[in-house]
Amino acid sequence: MGKVSKSPWLLHYDASSCNGCDIEVLDCLTPKYDIERFGIINTGDPFQADILLITGGVNSQTESVVKQIYSQMPEPKVVVAVGICACTGGVFKECYNIRGGIDTVIPVDVYVPGCAARPEAIIDGVVKALKILDEKQAARSKKEG
Amino acid sequence: MAKRSIVPFGPQHPVLPEPVHLDLVLEDETVVGAVPSIGYVHRGLESLVKKRDFKQYVYIAERICGICSCGHGLGYCMAVENVMGIEVPDRARYLRVIWVEMSRIHSHLLWLGLLADALGFESLFMESWRIREKILDMFDETTGGRIIHSVNKVGGVQKDMDSSMLRHLLETIKDIEREMKPLVDTFLQDYTVQSRLKGTGILKKDDAILLGAVGPMLRASGVEYDTRLLGYGAYKDLSVEPIVSGDGDSYGRCEVRLKELFQSFDLIREAIGKIPEGDIQTPVKGNPSGEYFMRIEQPRGEAIYYVKGNGTKFLDRFRLRTPTTSNIPPLVETLKGCQLADVPVLILTIDPCISCTER
Repeated sequence: MGKVSKSPWLLHYDASSCNGCDIEVLDCLTPKYDIERFGIINTGDPFQADILLITGGVNSQTESVVKQIYSQMPEPKVVVAVGICACTGGVFKECYNIRGGIDTVIPVDVYVPGCAARPEAIIDGVVKALKILDEKQAARSKKEG
Repeated sequence: MAKRSIVPFGPQHPVLPEPVHLDLVLEDETVVGAVPSIGYVHRGLESLVKKRDFKQYVYIAERICGICSCGHGLGYCMAVENVMGIEVPDRARYLRVIWVEMSRIHSHLLWLGLLADALGFESLFMESWRIREKILDMFDETTGGRIIHSVNKVGGVQKDMDSSMLRHLLETIKDIEREMKPLVDTFLQDYTVQSRLKGTGILKKDDAILLGAVGPMLRASGVEYDTRLLGYGAYKDLSVEPIVSGDGDSYGRCEVRLKELFQSFDLIREAIGKIPEGDIQTPVKGNPSGEYFMRIEQPRGEAIYYVKGNGTKFLDRFRLRTPTTSNIPPLVETLKGCQLADVPVLILTIDPCISCTER
């Protein structure tokens, strides 16, 4: 991955997932995987977050919350869909209250499959997101001249 | 009277890994009422029994919740087995108990970490989760999955544990037990932890019974009640003693869960000592017809599984009453009169599992 140009802050939101991916996201922060050593911090505040980690298949009630959190995050921002439910709806796809995938509500940059997504896969997704974040930043500064 | 104000809490909140919303009615800093509203994780899983047959539904049942996944699979399978009159082999009954107790250890350690995080005791949070990794590695070795295991099936279990795995499990438990000692001392004797937990959120014994509290919440109020005493699975051959604490405050709930960890270590040891050789599954023929209520003890308390079959491969109805559903009325009771700053800790002490509750 080379050098990291920024210490990105993460925001995690559970958009009606089963908890499995959520505890694996938290697991990434704890001593065994410890993504804090890369300067990545889990924040609870959308206004300070760069990367949105989002799990679950989005139901009608979380839809507005997801949109609100996304709009509160400053540009540039990257969305990582964690787990197969966040990618496509997964086993819950046929449920009456599931939209099926985060990308039906907000644009997604990185998809991390798995049920539950393993911490290694989530970290890989975050590293990929970092690259996209850099690209978005570069495009932004070019536009502003 | 001070002026009343309403403070929204959630759905996206730093202390909560899951979305739940509470409207807190405050008089200055004191909470006088709390109105919970749920529905952020509702997926409609119970209706999926119409689209998946009763054997496939095990995988859905395990995904009701990622933390108590093993228990949900077990509860559903046992309910269907009782409808169909299937006798599960002895070895499968013991293996189920071992996995369910392992998931209790993982769930309680997870809760202890979240509690420490809510108290602002970051290093204690990290330590609890570091120890928890060992049990997850053990799940990885024995079932192939860290969180969702898919070992239960109607008629038995999918995988067997050989003697080297069982030996490794015993060693891991010994390891965890040794590393737990300083953790227990910190949780029960540290001044900062005590000052946040002692005397807050008191639930009296009568209230706990009246409001229908279950699990560690009920036992912390001094009621000796544990669904494992019913003797489902292999529990009838093992020695289960309900762990109680009389104070009914947050400290009591923490104490009960810490002691239950050690109880789970003992139960796994006992089960490994007694586990018989033999088959791990019986063939399943025909379709379920009839209905059954199955009660099991999840890490969070008593869960009830209702299954109604109509003779086809699709069930008529599956219903689940989760421990958190029963623990929300006691939570609202304990929130009354507490300080706003204590709300996150009090919500955590019931060990809420929203995705179970809403399904």
